[in-house]
This record gives sequence, structure tokens and C-alpha cells, in this order.
Amino acid sequence: MRRTVWLPRLLEALLPIAAVLLAFAIGALLLWGLGKNPLEAYWTLVSGAFGSVAGLTATLTKATPLMLVGLGICISFRGGVINIGGEGQLIIGALGATALGLALRSWPGWILLPLCLLAGAAAGAFWGGIAGVLKARLNVNEILSTVMLNAIAFQLMNWLLRGPLLDPVQRDAGTHIPQTEALPEQVWLLRLVPRTQLHAGIFLALALAVLVYFLLWRTTIGYRIRTVGLNPSAARYAGINVPSYVALSLILGGAFAGLAGAVEVAGLHHRMLEGMSGGYGFSGIVAALFGKLHPLGLIPASFFFGGLLVGADKMQRAIQVPSALITVVNGLVVMFVVASDLYVRRAKRRYSAEAAVRQSEEPAGLSAANRLDDAGVASDRSPSLP
Amino acid sequence: MNELFTLTAIVGILTSGIRLATPYLFASLGEMFAQRSGVVNLGTEGIMLMGAFSGYYTVLHTGNPWLGLGVALLTGALMGLLMAVISVTMQAEQGISGIGLSLFGLGLSSLLMKVLVGTPTGVTGFRPQRIPLLSDIPIVGEVFFDYSILTYLAFLLVPVTWFVLTRTTLGLKIRAVGQNPEAADSLGVSVTRVRYTTVILGGAMAGVAGASLSISILNIFQENMTNGMGYIAVALVYFGSWRPLGIMAGALLFSLVNALQLWIQVLGLPISPDFAVMLPYVLTIVVLALTARQIRQPAALTKPYERGQ
Amino acid sequence: MTKKLLSVLSLLVVLALLVGACAAPAAAPAAPAAGAEAAATDAAPAEAATEAAADSAAPSGEPFRIALIMPSTTTDYSWSQSMYDGLMAVQAEMGGESALEIAVTENMFQVADAANAIRDYATDGYDLVIAHGAQYGTPLFEVAKDFPETSFAWGTTSNTGADEGLTNVFAYEPAAQEGGYLNGVAAALLSTKGVLGVIGPVEAGDAKLYINGFVDGVKATKPEAVVNVTYTGAFGDTALAAEAANTQIKAGADVLTGSAQQVVGAVQVAKDAGVFWFGSQSDQAPLAPDIVVMSQVYDWTQVIKEMIDSHNSGTLGGKVFTMTLNDGGQTTIYNDAATISAEQLSEIQTAVDAAAQGIMDGSIVPAK
Repeated sequence: MRRTVWLPRLLEALLPIAAVLLAFAIGALLLWGLGKNPLEAYWTLVSGAFGSVAGLTATLTKATPLMLVGLGICISFRGGVINIGGEGQLIIGALGATALGLALRSWPGWILLPLCLLAGAAAGAFWGGIAGVLKARLNVNEILSTVMLNAIAFQLMNWLLRGPLLDPVQRDAGTHIPQTEALPEQVWLLRLVPRTQLHAGIFLALALAVLVYFLLWRTTIGYRIRTVGLNPSAARYAGINVPSYVALSLILGGAFAGLAGAVEVAGLHHRMLEGMSGGYGFSGIVAALFGKLHPLGLIPASFFFGGLLVGADKMQRAIQVPSALITVVNGLVVMFVVASDLYVRRAKRRYSAEAAVRQSEEPAGLSAANRLDDAGVASDRSPSLP
Repeated sequence: MNELFTLTAIVGILTSGIRLATPYLFASLGEMFAQRSGVVNLGTEGIMLMGAFSGYYTVLHTGNPWLGLGVALLTGALMGLLMAVISVTMQAEQGISGIGLSLFGLGLSSLLMKVLVGTPTGVTGFRPQRIPLLSDIPIVGEVFFDYSILTYLAFLLVPVTWFVLTRTTLGLKIRAVGQNPEAADSLGVSVTRVRYTTVILGGAMAGVAGASLSISILNIFQENMTNGMGYIAVALVYFGSWRPLGIMAGALLFSLVNALQLWIQVLGLPISPDFAVMLPYVLTIVVLALTARQIRQPAALTKPYERGQ
Repeated sequence: MTKKLLSVLSLLVVLALLVGACAAPAAAPAAPAAGAEAAATDAAPAEAATEAAADSAAPSGEPFRIALIMPSTTTDYSWSQSMYDGLMAVQAEMGGESALEIAVTENMFQVADAANAIRDYATDGYDLVIAHGAQYGTPLFEVAKDFPETSFAWGTTSNTGADEGLTNVFAYEPAAQEGGYLNGVAAALLSTKGVLGVIGPVEAGDAKLYINGFVDGVKATKPEAVVNVTYTGAFGDTALAAEAANTQIKAGADVLTGSAQQVVGAVQVAKDAGVFWFGSQSDQAPLAPDIVVMSQVYDWTQVIKEMIDSHNSGTLGGKVFTMTLNDGGQTTIYNDAATISAEQLSEIQTAVDAAAQGIMDGSIVPAK
């Protein structure tokens, strides 16, 4: 009986690791083909990401936006919408936070900082909300609208950073580097470790992960979002206003991506500039799905994926591996980890089936507990995306 | 504004738009098959890059564009096979496996370029081929009959894919599998085989889409040269509501507006270039918002199928 | 079960093929790479190599160590490659890797990643860390404060952080409008229709300077000429840049130029249409030898050598290198293979030399 509980759990933990190892094995072949020592390369990767204060703080710094974007992705995907607009929402959020911070630069930090973060979240929510309303009211597919909105956000940023928000110093110097003025120091997030970039945004991300867990599993709103995602027709039958909750999923998704942008600006760059994102919208999706679309699973997942990215950069620097090779390995890791999910699910089903067979021979209380556990397992299943 | 309505500008916009639509048509029509059978392949971007590189590399060494096209098609099919193994057999979540495949293709094409070629140089790929007589017709000839063979092929694929999808047994099977896999299965259609076919076919066509850039339109390969076109191609399938004609309309709309915005800039009309560049994206959304009410998507889209589940 | 096995097997076959495709020719990866580097070194102008560089080597006999962080790649035919080529030229001149060690990090389009790289290289004890992009300024200053013994450099900017009390940061700023002006003068002479086209990325930074200078140069030579400018809104949208070239040609342009890595596609379009191209940032002649008349190249060798010398003599930063025609930071590379007549070429060279002279003595000030 005990076997039925811990074996699938162990498998669940081990299989993704095996998948990562397989991807790394193929990467090792490539490294060997390039005349590099794979062991040295991977040692650099791991120690670069986790083996020093510099590496560890860089990993945590990287995990912060991944986690925040990923939280939004969790909500969107749980609500049954494929939000690939994280990139645009993050950019708009960062722009909103920066604009507000610069406009109210004389305000004290204790009020301006929260306002900036809220402005970022609101701007991101607005951007996600466009896709949400388009889907809810006009049946515009969210993959299409979010892809297009990403491009639109990017051009909007180009325009704002060249014109209305351009740093006056740049304008006067005639150099026109597309970036804003630096934000006033009172809105800079606290740096946690001297001589590193790690900032207090990580605590915000962690706290919000817990909050989103409660939102999704302990509130009516969360229950409805998940119901709409799992089975829209059943939700409709149960009297849930499905279009509103679809729109809400995208609005919340956008809010978290926008907040990620605001946190990056306040914690890291201290101004809005080109190249402040560069792919968090997509890596956030990857992190969220590594974390099984669970806000708490997202915490280790972002840490791991952030470490992978940071370590890979270190590998490029230390042994001059082309960055393209690292992209290949990342792609393989993503594909293999999602593919390994099948065996986890199969194993779970097999064990719960065995458990069901044995149920008649067991005391009633135990089997009830077992059923509860199965319910927990079942809730890990991905929602049926549209 | 009047300069936009000169003959030169209008002909220019039409020719540019038709040329720009070429890669989108290949990739989107291929993706349409995959989605009709229930698989969203977000890896199109990576497949296009691999197709673009392999085609370019072949032409660089053999000088034979047809061989390059064949290699690109095969490479795309192989990438499609990889996607099929992961998303059909392993039943992985399709969105994320596609993003993984995109990363993989982006990385591998850049790596191969770096190791095998180094600094990019131009190749002589498919040349524009004026169709005799027809291309001599004033205006019409210039607008419709002066492209490389791949552009004609892309537009030819619209009726061909329509025919395959609606008038053949394979098409019927594809639609059945995408609508109701259980029912299709019970009627003896192998869901797995059909989905493998469509995803591999879609991959092959995405490979050709990449090659249409590297050995026909641009005649060079550059790291990450598709710059997001693969994602646009996937979006256009939704725009076209899974029908070849609709996809062609979407590809043309997007490309023509893109051509229009280039002309707006060339003519120096008082619109900031940033907003001009935005135009095709905005208009694609707006047009879909005005027309999308009635669309029904394949019921089993993104849902992996397992027997007896 | 067999089916599952089959599919797993086929997956492995696919991967083996892909890996094989990469590994087999990669067995001798050094050869093509070395070839490319050699070519790059050839392309770098030799006239800058007059100054003896032996004294640039570190006094201790240890190699001088430079780390380069770039937004794009070493083969992008533009901003990033020009710096890489410059470093390679200086390395060859100083006597190879034993005298100058170079580490390169490519594709740092994400500023946060570049920040890690800057700090990491400084920690590793590199003598000079070059963050090759204006977007890297904020993290560069942060790191520079923590590593007062290390020299840092960045651009395009004239800000060495002196306001913040920093003394170990170099800044460089190509006066791209000067090169743009020269290209504009030459392009105007070559254009028979009097319509010229420019394909830019985003209207900012050195691309903006180059384009403004180009327009100015054209107007100064042929006031009635028309210069059409299109921006693609990105640096890597190769397909759109190519279509922009098509559009320009349709609109009557018979001479084109452009900026950023995406122009490689536009150059191919120009080649097909038989339209002349003027290169910027790096030497773009290898892309299409027939039609690239000349390129305005950022020549970093002098700047790099001055930074090395300055570091070795104890001045770790604080200098701004403007990279003008005067200081050799920008040079014109003519392409002998271009299909223009000898008379045209000499006419162009005379006009360009005169304009360069005017810029250098201050009688011509190209618009910024």
C-alpha cells in the first residue's frame, strides 16, 4: 500500500531529471564534436549557476522575472488560454512603471515604489486584457492576438524610447541611445548581497507564488478559473460566466508579466531601455510548465531554469562554447522534460488502478485517504487548453 | 497621401506583398494540416530556420537550388517527425514542446552556420522567372507573373491543400481525427498515423518556407533570420480559421499591409516609422475582430489522444 | 509496446542524424574558423598598423587580457563584427594569443545577462572589459565601482562615469555621421536617377547618426536628389529589410545603403537588381563584390591599442574616443571588384577625399 504513494512521487521527481540528463548527453556529443571537453563544460555550467555567491545570486536574479511571468502563465493556462504575450505585457508593464516613477519623481519612496509596481501590473493587465476582451467578446484567438500584441508593444517601446520618454541627456548629446532617464533612487529595490544584482524582487515573487496558490485553490475565483480551463461547457452549465473568466485569466496573466517588467526596472536596470526583456515571455512559459502549472512548483522550476540559463552563459564565457550550442541544449531539455511527463502520468494511473483493486481489502479510512491523494494527483493534470 | 495612389506605388505594394506572403503561405498551410488533425506546432519558427539553413548550405556547395529545396523539405520533415514523436507518441503538452523545438532549431541552425560556414556569403538560388507572354501584359504581368518559382508554388498550394483537405480520404481522416479522435479511432482510422502524417507534412512545408527565404527571396542565411515569422505563420492559421483560402487571405493581408507601410515610409508620409511598422499587426487583429464571431476550431486541438482514455 | 519502442527508436535516429550532421564536419572546426578570422584580419585596414605594438604588451610578459561582450555575433557584418575584427587585428599585430588574450561573449541582447558577464570577466581578472553596446551602461558602472583595478569600456557614448567618481571607464563614440557623409557624397555622384534609398533599423544611436550624415552628404553634392529612408523597427528583421530594398528600388532608387546586421538580405536584393550598395560599420564587400562600391568601416584598432597602452601606463579610464576620420576611427574601404568604370571610381575618390579633408579641417560639419 505504501508503495502506491511514494513510488509515483519518486518517479515524478526522477523522470524529469533523467530527461535533462538525456538532453545533456546529446549536448555532450555536440561539445565533443566541437573539440571541447563535455565534463569540463558541464562542470562549468553547474558551478557557474550554483557553485558560488556570484552564480547563485545571478540564478536567483534570473529566477525572479521567470517566476513572476510564470505565475501569470499559470493563471492563464489554468484558465484555458494560451498566453504567449508575456513578452509584450512585460514591456508595457516596464514602460508604465518607468513613466510613473519619472513623472512623480519627487514623491517619497514608501508610496512611489508600490505605486510604480502597481502601475506596471496595471499596464500589463491592460495589455493582456486587450487579448482577453478580444477573445471573450469577439472570439479572436489569443495565440494570434498575443503574437501580434508582442510586436505592437515592441514598436510602441521603440517609439516611446526615441521620443516622449527619451533621456534628455541623450537628446542633448545627440546620441539618441533609446533609453529613459534613470529612476529616482527611492524606487530602487533593495540590493540583497553587495557586489551582486540580487534584489528584493525575489521576495515579492516568492510571496506572490504563495498568494497565487491560494487564489487558484482556495478562492471561488480561482476555482472558477480552473473549472473554465478544465471543462468550459461544464463551467457554463454550472452557471459560470465563461467569457468573463477567460478575459480575467488573460488580465491576471498580463498583470504578473507587467509586474515582472516593473520589478526588472526597479530592481535591476533602474531605467527603461532596449534589451531589458529579450525572451522572458517565452522562458516564463517554459518555467511555468516545468513547474506543472502549479505556483509552488514554479518556485523550484524557475530556480532550475534560471540556473540553466545563467550556467549556460558562464559556459560560453569560460570555455568559449558558441552560445548557439547552449540554445540547442535548452531546446532539448524543454522537449524531453515535457515528453517525460507521459511516463509519470502512466505510472500514476497504473498505481491508482492497483490501489483501486486493493481497496476492498483495506480499512475504509485508509482508502478514503488514498482517494484524496488520487484527487490531488488528478489536479496536477494540465487543463484542456482550447 | 496622393503619392500612394500612383501606379508605381500600387504595383509596388502588390508585388512586395505577394513576395512577402510566400514564406507565410508555405508555413501556415503546413501548420493548418497539423492543427486540423489536433496538433498545434509552435515549433514552426525553429523548423523554418533549419530549412533555411540546410537549403542555403546545399546551394552554397552544389549551386543547385532544386537540390537545396529538397534538402530543406527533408530537414523540415525530420524536424516535424521529432515534433510528432514528442507531441503525439509522448503526448507532451504541445505549446511547450513547440517552444522547445523552436529553441532547438534556432540553436542548431546557428551552430551549424557557425561551424560549417562562418561568415555568410550570398548564393544564387531561385531567380525570378517571368512567365512568357503573360508577363508582357502591362501592369498585370508585372504584378502577377514576375516571381521566383517558389512564389507560384506557394499560391498553387492553396487550391491543392484545399482539395486534399476537403475532397480526399486523407483530408476526411485528418478532419475526423481533429474533430473527434475517439470516433475516428472506432471507425478504424489510426489517430497516431494521421497525426504523424500531418505534423511531418507541416514540418516539410515549414522547411520549404525557410528555404523560400534563404535560397529565393534573400539568397543568404543569417542567424535567427526568420525573426518571429514562424509565430506569425501559426497565428495566420487562426486568422484563416483553418481553411486554405482564409489563410491565403490572412497572409496577403498581413504582407500587403507590411508592403504598404514600407511605401508609406519611402514616400515620407507623416507617420512615425514605429507606427508604420505596427500597422500589419494592428490590422490583422482588427480584421479578425470584425469577422471572427462564427469561427469554430477543431474540437480536439491541443488534446493528445490515448486509446481507451 | 513495439510501436512505442519504434517511436523511441525513431526519435533517437533523428537525433543521431542531427548530431552526426553537426559533429562530422565539426571534427576539424578550427579550419573554417581560422579561415574566417584570417579573412577578417585581412579586411581590417593595414594603414592603422603603423605604430609599433610591441610596447603594448604587458610589462610582466603575461598576455594582456581583453573580454568583449557583444549584442550580436562576430559575423554580423556590422557593429559587433567591426569590434571583433579590430581586436583580431590588434592581436595579430601584437604577436598572437601569447601577447593578447581575447574572450568573446556573443548574443547578449539581454542586458541582465550582459551584466553577469561584465562582473564575471572582472572577477576573472581581465585587464579590460569591453561592453560593446550603449544599453550596457548601467550595469557597467555598477561593476566598475567594485573593480577599481580593471579597465572597462563601452559605447556608443561619451560618458565615462566621471560624474559618479569613476576613473576606470573608457567611452567610445563613432562619429558615424562623418562616414555617412562620405558615403552620401559618393552615392550622389553614382546615382543617375537622383533617387537614393536608406534602410535603417530603429531611428536611434549610431544608425541615426550615419543616416543623417548620409542624407547631408547627398544633399551637399546633389541638392535636387531625393533620399528615401525606411526603418524596419528591428535590427534582425532580414526579410523586411530585403523587402524595404525592393520597395526602394521600385520607388526609383539606384543606389542603396543601410545599417545594422539585417542589411545582408537587402544587399542580396540590390545585387539581383544591379543596384549599387554602400556599406557601413563593417566591410560589406564580401556580401556582393560586384555592387558594394565602398564601406565606411569602424576601425577599432587605434582605440583598442590606446586603451591597452593607457591601462599599462596606469590610466585605467576616463578617456573618450570619438572615432572620427581625424583619429582614424573611421576609414573608407573601397572595393576594387565593384563594377564601376575607372573614371567613375577616380571621380568618387577625388570627391570623397575632398569631403574627408573638409570634415577633418572643420570646414564641413555633417549633420548629426
